[in-house]
Amino acid sequence: MALQSLDIIRRSATTTPSPGQRKTPEVAKLIDVTKCIGCKACQVACMEWNDTRDRIGTNHGVLDNPVDLTADSWTVMRFAEVVTERGLEWLIRKDGCMHCADPGCLKACPAPGAVVQYASGIVDFHEENCIGCGYCITGCPFNIPRLSPKDSKVYKCTLCSDRVVAGVEPACAKTCPTGAIVFGTKEDMLRHAEERIGELKERGFARAGLYDPKGVGGTHVMYVLHHADKPELYSGLPKDPAIGPAVELWKGAAKPLAALGLALVGAGAFFHYVTKGPNEVSGEIEKEFDDEK
Amino acid sequence: MKNDPKRILRYTPIERANHWLSALTFILLALSGLAFFHPAFYPLTQLFGGGVWARILHPFIGVVMALSFGIMFFHYRRDNGITAADREWLGHVREMVDGDDRNMPEAGKFNGGQKLLFWLLVASMVLLILSGIVIWRAYFTFLFPAWIIRLSSVVHAVAATVMIALIIFHIYAAIWTRESMDAMLYGWVRRAWAKQHHPAWFRQITGGDR
Ligand code: HEM
Ligand code: SF4
Repeated sequence: MALQSLDIIRRSATTTPSPGQRKTPEVAKLIDVTKCIGCKACQVACMEWNDTRDRIGTNHGVLDNPVDLTADSWTVMRFAEVVTERGLEWLIRKDGCMHCADPGCLKACPAPGAVVQYASGIVDFHEENCIGCGYCITGCPFNIPRLSPKDSKVYKCTLCSDRVVAGVEPACAKTCPTGAIVFGTKEDMLRHAEERIGELKERGFARAGLYDPKGVGGTHVMYVLHHADKPELYSGLPKDPAIGPAVELWKGAAKPLAALGLALVGAGAFFHYVTKGPNEVSGEIEKEFDDEK
Repeated sequence: MKNDPKRILRYTPIERANHWLSALTFILLALSGLAFFHPAFYPLTQLFGGGVWARILHPFIGVVMALSFGIMFFHYRRDNGITAADREWLGHVREMVDGDDRNMPEAGKFNGGQKLLFWLLVASMVLLILSGIVIWRAYFTFLFPAWIIRLSSVVHAVAATVMIALIIFHIYAAIWTRESMDAMLYGWVRRAWAKQHHPAWFRQITGGDR
């Protein structure tokens, strides 16, 4: 989703500053899992606003529909039946891009400007720059981006960046009938979450808490969870997500050092030649074979 | 030049053609691969018709190189067994680099350095092929779990760096050692060249000193 943006703080595969004169407050979407009834109105609002229509799939015997994120379904409700100390519980999590402060997708992307991060914290894909390599999928700790089989570009939740610049909340937040999805500045959302968590604790959810994982620098989509000590219960929400050692090594300081190393090998060869000279047949052996000439 | 009794055939036309097919595909792979390696090299995608085309073409060129390199491997692997003499050659490699070959043990068709390079290239190529398949999103990546994909991304980048460094070295050695480029371009070498650089091979081919 491309915009005329002057509030970009980071661009993929770019070593110089991005156009970032315009200052905007950091935003966040807070998803209160304890209030979600799994009605999927947000899924519908998402496809309505973004004009995406997924293929009609098949029923897998569960409520998850579609069963996974796709290039056309940027958010899906994941239903988990778990047994906790409170008995059988139905945990419903709205899955989608977390808009990490330290996004693995942006770090991994080799195409300049295909992934950008706005001052608001929103991480957006600019598909016109996408080359379809899928490195963002490799880099994402939440397994979010999806490569479209139609055009070989990656797609994911934009946090309705096109609505947010115009000062309106994302389509999913606008539509949620129970108020489980709220949107505002990150600061306000943190405060709101704190109030909600207080209420939940009073009602007996001793382990209620906020999901704003520090391993990715915090996220701009946060969850209020009844079991914040066990995020895995919510269809495998990672406990300590981080970009991870392999991706850090692949995309970190080793890269420019490796490039420098290659340049040094080339330079070394050149200077060897001009200092030592070529490796020729010796005059002695040449004489033995004078008849060859 | 054909059947010149004064010259020795070092590489047959098929060997030469295949070597240069590997060389050409390698250069295309290095250029398109480096484009994804670091933003400084991204403009190289223009040589392939843009980022999307570079992304599409790279792995297919890789398949061609894998086949060509595979043929070279099976063809030369027996010529590249490392012997005690090769180990001694490698022990004296500093003198060789200094341009002094008086103490170098006699090399056969390939010297110790060439053989070591051969095995390092084979190892790099195997890693590149295996990891390259894993990160080929269009056809294969969906078959693998995330940790293997991440590991393969690192392995591919590291093996590519190593292989590019080895090939820069290989090209330089061919320029440094005068007339060896002719051997791969035209196939034939002078007897003096053979006796100078590969004396044991020279004796084996000619059955004597001349
Ligand atoms: C069978 C052989 C090969 C296959 C299947 C293969 C496949 C791939 C694939 C799929 C990528 C990801 C980018 C893209 O989508 O195009 C890639 C990246 C790359 N390839 Fe290869 N490749 C092969 C051989 C080579 C060779 C021989 C070289 C060395 C010159 C090389 C150098 C690179 C580099 C430098 C990258 C970028 C690595 C990074 O992410 O930093 N590849 N390759
Ligand atoms: S959740 Fe994945 S796709 Fe979204 S910002 Fe984080 S790394 Fe990028």
